[in-house]
Amino acid sequence: MGYCTHEPIDVGRLMAAVGDGERGGTVAFVGSVRGGPEDGPVTAIDYSGYEEMLAEELGRIIEEARERWPEATFAAQHRLGRVPRGEPSIAVIAAAPHRDEAFAACRHVIEEAKRRLPVWKKELFEDGAARWREE
Amino acid sequence: MQPSGDHLAPTADTITIECRFFARYAEVLGREVLPLELPESATVGDAVRELRRTLPASDMLPERPLAAVNRRHTPLTGRLAHGDELAFLPPMAGG
Repeated sequence: MGYCTHEPIDVGRLMAAVGDGERGGTVAFVGSVRGGPEDGPVTAIDYSGYEEMLAEELGRIIEEARERWPEATFAAQHRLGRVPRGEPSIAVIAAAPHRDEAFAACRHVIEEAKRRLPVWKKELFEDGAARWREE
Repeated sequence: MQPSGDHLAPTADTITIECRFFARYAEVLGREVLPLELPESATVGDAVRELRRTLPASDMLPERPLAAVNRRHTPLTGRLAHGDELAFLPPMAGG
């Protein structure tokens, strides 16, 4: 399973990849395309990325997390291309012997991913308009 | 120092790198790749200044953009070598 996909993210498959019966706590963060009141009528987001770097950088983030939480295991995937509202664009799974480490490790990876992954999104609206979203 | 078109062979005291542009930068510039010839000891910041001086839509590239050299985040002080891939990254919005 690569760190980058153009297909819908299979969260269950990612969770299965980190489960080995030795870790009692598994935390999954799943980020989805939203179209809430503050976002306007977003129908989908076109995600584009610097794919080679995205895969390498996410690998580095997870490697750093492994050094910090040596007993944890991780899986993560970012989706690129057009992602309809409500569907996941990113998933990060961390499994650890106890929940404190699992929560902390998962939080660390998603925050670093948000900060470091070379990914950009163009919001697509019901009226056909499109807008780069920079956060 | 000019964008060097298809000329990729460096002279004795220059290097040629490949600039890559993404998302809004690529859209405004109308291209994703641009070879650039620079002095041998050039930094990422030197490349930014040269691009801002020579590109038609020069204001699309901020004075201090995020950059990556060979797929690693690199500060403006990072030194460039012949054949490097220098990517300019608009503010990132993953997740």
